[in-house]
Amino acid sequence: MTGYILVFISAILVNNIVFAQFLGICPFLGVSNKVSTSVGMGAAVLFVMTLATTVTWLLYNLVLIPLNIGFMQTVAYILVIAALVQMVEIILKKVSQPLYQALGVFLPLITTNCAVLGVAILVTQKNYNLLQSVVYTIATALGFFLALVIFAGIRERLELYEIPEAMKGAPIALVTAGLLALAFMGFTGLIAVPW
Amino acid sequence: MSAWKEFTKGFIKENPTFVLLLGMCPTLGTTTSSINGLSMGLAATVVLICSNCVISLLKNVIPDKVRIPGFIVVIASFVTVVDLVMQAYLPDLYETLGLFIPLIVVNCIILGRAEAFASKNGVLLSAADGLGIGLGFTMSLTILGSVREILGNGSVFGFQFVPENIDKILLFIMPPGAFIALGFLIAFVNHIKNRKAA
Repeated sequence: MTGYILVFISAILVNNIVFAQFLGICPFLGVSNKVSTSVGMGAAVLFVMTLATTVTWLLYNLVLIPLNIGFMQTVAYILVIAALVQMVEIILKKVSQPLYQALGVFLPLITTNCAVLGVAILVTQKNYNLLQSVVYTIATALGFFLALVIFAGIRERLELYEIPEAMKGAPIALVTAGLLALAFMGFTGLIAVPW
Repeated sequence: MSAWKEFTKGFIKENPTFVLLLGMCPTLGTTTSSINGLSMGLAATVVLICSNCVISLLKNVIPDKVRIPGFIVVIASFVTVVDLVMQAYLPDLYETLGLFIPLIVVNCIILGRAEAFASKNGVLLSAADGLGIGLGFTMSLTILGSVREILGNGSVFGFQFVPENIDKILLFIMPPGAFIALGFLIAFVNHIKNRKAA
C-alpha cells in the first residue's frame, strides 16, 4: 500500500511528466492561456490516458505477446489510441451533453498528445502489472493537470505585464516553464520509488 | 527550381522549431548535447522523407475520410523500422534517446507535412519538402543541443574546450535549462525578424 502512495507522489511531484520527462509539451504550451480551459484539458487527458493505458496493457499482454508480434507495438498502440479517442467522443456526445461540451473540443487534440502514447509505452517497458499501470497513469495524468493549471495561472498574470517585443508569446512562456521546472527540481530525491 | 525552393524553406522561413513551434517534446527532451540533438533530428528526417514519399504516392488511393488514420499507419510503420534498426546497430544512442524514438509517431511536424504538403503534391516535391523540413528540424536541434552543451558542460560535439576544473552552468543540461535555452533562442529569432520587418 505504501508503495502505491509513494509512486503517486513521485509521478506528480518528483518525476512530473511535463517538467522532468518532457512529454505533452504541445498541449502544455497550446492550451494554457486560461485557467478554465486548462482544467478542461487536464480532465480530458486524465480520462483518456487512464483508458488508453488500460486498453493498451490488455492488448499488449493478451494479443501482441501471445502472437509474438511485440514489434508491432507502436503501430498497434497509436491506432488503438486514435480509435479510442473517436469512440469516447461519440459516446460522450450521446450520453452526457454537459460533459461533452466541457471536454469535447480537447478530445481530437489528445490523439497527437505524446503524453498518452508515451505513458502507454513507458508502462509496457517497465513491465508493470495492470493495477500498477493504472495507478501510475492516474498519478502521471494528475501531475500533468497540476503543471497545466499552475502554468495557466501564471500566464494569466503575465498578460498584464509589459514584456520586451521579442520575448512576447512563446519565449516568455518557455522561460516561465523553465523556472517552474526549476521549482519542481526541488522535489528531487524526496522519496525513493519502490517499483 | 521549385523543388529547390521547397527544400530551402525549412531552414529559415518555415523552420519547424524556431518559427512554427512544432515538435516541442523531442526538441526539449533530447537536446542534452549536440550529438544527441543531431541524431534525434536525423532519425525524424528519415521518417519524414519516407512517409512524405509514400503518402504522396498513395494520395489517390487513400479515401479522404480515413486519410488521417491512413497517414498515421504509414508513419508508424516507418518509425518501427527506424526503431528496430537503431536498436540493432546503434544500441548506445537508442538507450540515450529512449522513449523519444517511438514517439516520432506523434511528432506533429510529420503528420503536419503529410496533411499540408505530401497529400497534395507529387513525389519529387514531397521528398524535397521532407528533406528540407527534416534538415531544418535537425539544424535547430543541433543548435539547441550545442548551446546547452557549451553552457552546461563546456564542450561541443564532445570536444572539451573549457578546462575541467572551471565550474560550468550545470543547470543547462538539466530539464529547466532546456526550456530556458529554447525560450531565449526563439526570442533571438523573433528579434532578427522584427528588425528585418522594421
